[in-house]
Amino acid sequence: MSLFAATGLAVASAWAVYGVGAALILAGALGVVLLHNPVHCALSLVTTIFGIALLFIDQGAYFLAAVQVIVYAGAIVILFLFVIMLLGVDKREARVAGQASSMVPLAVTVGLVAVIELLVLVRVHYWATGAKTTTGSLSGAGADVQKLGQSIFTSYLLPFEMTSALLVIAVVAAVTLVRRGGAPPPQAPPRKAAAALRPPARAPEAPSGATTAARQPASAGRPAAASSTRQEQAG
Amino acid sequence: MSVPGPWYLVLAAVLFGIGATGLVARRNILVMYMCIELMLNAVNLTFVTFARMLNDIGGQDAVFFILVVAAAEVVVGLGIIVAIYRRRAGATADDVNSLKG
Amino acid sequence: MVNAAYVIVALPLLGFAINLVLGRRLGEPLAGWVGTAAAGGSFVAALITWVAMLGKPATERVADLSILSWIPVAGLHAGMGLWVDPLSLTMVLFVTGVSTVIHLYSIGYMHRDPGFARFFVYLNLFLFSMVVLVLADNFLFSFLGWEGVGFCSYGLVGFWFQREVAAVAAKKAFVTNRVGDVGFLIAIFFIFDHFGSLNYSTVLGTLVGGHPTGLMAGAPGAIAGSTATAITMLLFLGAIGKSAQIPLYIWLVDAMEGPTPISALIHAATMVTAGVYLMSRVAPLLHYAHATSWVIVSFGTGSAFLAATIACAQDDIKKTLAYSTISQLGYMFMAIGSGDYAAGLFHMMTHAFFKALLFLGAGAVIHAMADRQDMKQMGGLARYMPLTAITFGCGWLAISGIVPFAGFWSKDAVLEGVWQMNKVLWGIGAFTAGLTAYYMSRQVALVFTGQARWREARPVPLEAHDAGGHDAGGNEAGGHDGASQRGLPAPAHGGEPHDATWTMSLPLVILAIASVLGGGIDFTAFGHFDFLTRFLSPIFPTATTITVSTATKWTLSLVTLAICLVGLTLGLRTWRTAEHPQLEPTFLRRAWFIDDTVAATVNGPLRAGAAVLAFVVDRGIVDGAVNGIAGLLEASGRVARRLQTGYLRTYAIGIGVGLVVVLAYLTFRVGS
Repeated sequence: MSLFAATGLAVASAWAVYGVGAALILAGALGVVLLHNPVHCALSLVTTIFGIALLFIDQGAYFLAAVQVIVYAGAIVILFLFVIMLLGVDKREARVAGQASSMVPLAVTVGLVAVIELLVLVRVHYWATGAKTTTGSLSGAGADVQKLGQSIFTSYLLPFEMTSALLVIAVVAAVTLVRRGGAPPPQAPPRKAAAALRPPARAPEAPSGATTAARQPASAGRPAAASSTRQEQAG
Repeated sequence: MSVPGPWYLVLAAVLFGIGATGLVARRNILVMYMCIELMLNAVNLTFVTFARMLNDIGGQDAVFFILVVAAAEVVVGLGIIVAIYRRRAGATADDVNSLKG
Repeated sequence: MVNAAYVIVALPLLGFAINLVLGRRLGEPLAGWVGTAAAGGSFVAALITWVAMLGKPATERVADLSILSWIPVAGLHAGMGLWVDPLSLTMVLFVTGVSTVIHLYSIGYMHRDPGFARFFVYLNLFLFSMVVLVLADNFLFSFLGWEGVGFCSYGLVGFWFQREVAAVAAKKAFVTNRVGDVGFLIAIFFIFDHFGSLNYSTVLGTLVGGHPTGLMAGAPGAIAGSTATAITMLLFLGAIGKSAQIPLYIWLVDAMEGPTPISALIHAATMVTAGVYLMSRVAPLLHYAHATSWVIVSFGTGSAFLAATIACAQDDIKKTLAYSTISQLGYMFMAIGSGDYAAGLFHMMTHAFFKALLFLGAGAVIHAMADRQDMKQMGGLARYMPLTAITFGCGWLAISGIVPFAGFWSKDAVLEGVWQMNKVLWGIGAFTAGLTAYYMSRQVALVFTGQARWREARPVPLEAHDAGGHDAGGNEAGGHDGASQRGLPAPAHGGEPHDATWTMSLPLVILAIASVLGGGIDFTAFGHFDFLTRFLSPIFPTATTITVSTATKWTLSLVTLAICLVGLTLGLRTWRTAEHPQLEPTFLRRAWFIDDTVAATVNGPLRAGAAVLAFVVDRGIVDGAVNGIAGLLEASGRVARRLQTGYLRTYAIGIGVGLVVVLAYLTFRVGS
């Protein structure tokens, strides 16, 4: 590993970054799993996400780190919190009879075994054939955003378009699911968030911010209302 | 210059394991969903690590798409959860078992 | 010689195809003429081939013509080809000749039968199969023809399948044949095992430049005696089945349910002679298998005697002739067994002539008697059916062995060979000849002489008849057996029995001439007229030389003639009146109770065995297995259903466990 040719300080700092990131990640993960209050779990999730973003930056995926924070912490976790508030989930999970207690040991076992196997595989790493994809190398001139953009818009154009279609479908599905014959759909986040981010070159769904989206519940037509969720994720 | 790749892989593996365990161990549907997100993040970390190890941008492309799809999935999933659970307070995953064969 | 041989085989096949596709549209009688033309053309082609063959020197008259390669598999190269030599050509000649005549007869006989076209389809197919059997150049192709004639026999015996008796008889014929075919098949396996090939040229040897090679040369040590015995015994088993010898003769009598032309063609002249042909063909093998020769002679003698005794007590005109066929086939086998192949084939030819004649004449009589077959209810028909009577009489004299008719010469040829082999067997053979004369005379007396018992006979039940068996219609018609049972209008004619139309009478005349003059084929007694023997001798170098002195020959002939004359007069005299119950003991009437024994065996143990197989094995085990599998699947489904708990987390953990398993597989694969 010629990486150790660098100075001791660089090495130490690299390990420090790694350590911090790992600590954040693991703390957050354990928090999600072990804490009782769902809101606390959501906050732990945010911690994990930050840790992951840190490690992304550490590995040179700057763009992805930014996107990670924006999308995950800024949108997904927010959504989670909205739903928690909306449904009024209890602070405590009631211990009801049924599937409950018997699952935990089994779950722990399964998790441990999975981890161990993964570790073994990591150790052996026989899967690294060294074959390259056609997408282009990571090192080299240019920022990673540029390389990422180039590969997405040339090699992976079709998946890209398909994911955009997927997003549209997801929006339609969400609206359809929660509309129930006149029942009002859940409240949208405030308008400023919707206006803050305009999708740069996005598909022509007109964002109106209003959530009185849909026409008929079962139709698959293009909705006039794009939820802010979709908007924020489109960045 | 940076920590060798397998360390990240190990971390991702552990994160995945925690997520998996949590998914099965928790009963609150939203917490289960968060554990799914943990697993997705673990995968993202793995991909980025491999992108670096194999010097290939394809890993980051994968992360990109995974992010998009995860977001869409969360949208739809939360929609389903809301549709099912809005009536009841304190509903858990065990209460929805009408698919029992 | 070459091209005509293909035509022999091709024409009946063509006729079959035409009648199969267009027969119903051609209708009668055109379909019949197509069939007859095919048979006739085949006969002409056979004649041409024969003439061409005569043009070659006697020692080069063997041709192996290949048509196509049929089964080229790992060491077995069975093709379809023709083996044209004096033996096969002799067979083809009389087979196609008699076939043509009978085709012609059938046009008239099957008049107004709804299955007219189907009849000729079968007939041509039968002719094709028989020709293939005889002309094939390897055992497998011949077996194909063998099975083909068996199938056609089934289809034709059961031609009027709406009658249950006919259908049962057809089934019996086929199944009994099958029992014999097992022998043939196993023999083929043995042959292949020993010789590595099924071609006649390889197995039996051939004539090369005038010299017999291979087994034909009779070289010692060419094949072990035990192997040859096994092969020939098994082949003889097949021959027993096909040629209705003890113990597989029981089908031939029931096969009389078929139309009379079929009885004449298949069960007298051609198919039943296939067994004789087969044993003649493997003469080189028989040379090494003395035990088999004795077995053949014994079975032949036994069958001849047994059938003759039974024929003495039968009332049905066709059944008498059927037993007579079995008896005469026994004679042929006696000749084969004694090594005098030419004599056996000579008798086969003459028998074809006179037996076909007798059957066809019987058909005419049956038609005239409005489908009654009971001889006790006939009588005095000579006055009304003179042509039929005369021709029938020719056949009668021929079969009775009266000089100078054909049967005399051929029977004597056979008995000479038997005398050389064993005097006792000769004695039985001679006595049987007397019995033959007796029962045939009985038949002639009952049918053609004496009072006209049919005038007082009860009318046939299904239609309105007057006492003579005619309805009020008055149209001319052909003849058919069992027409009343078929529900067809009974043949109506002028008022009294009379000779049939020209299509039916001409064959009778032809065959009568052949019966009279047929002895000319092989006058062994007179030295230079033994055409057949000389024609066949190159291919039977291993045949037994008859060393009986001429004086002894004449003596034997005269003795046999005397016995036959005695039998003849006895028959004629006694049976001027129809009531002689003491001469017809039940033992003989019921065919020595053999059929009844077989039926009892089949009905008893075999039926019980079949019941076990049907109910226990099939329903219990096989169906049980199948249903059991279904039940098992259902039960396992019910168990597996419990996986569908409906709980989200169970599914999640299922995914987790699956993930663990996959990872485990990957992990452990790493080491390999």
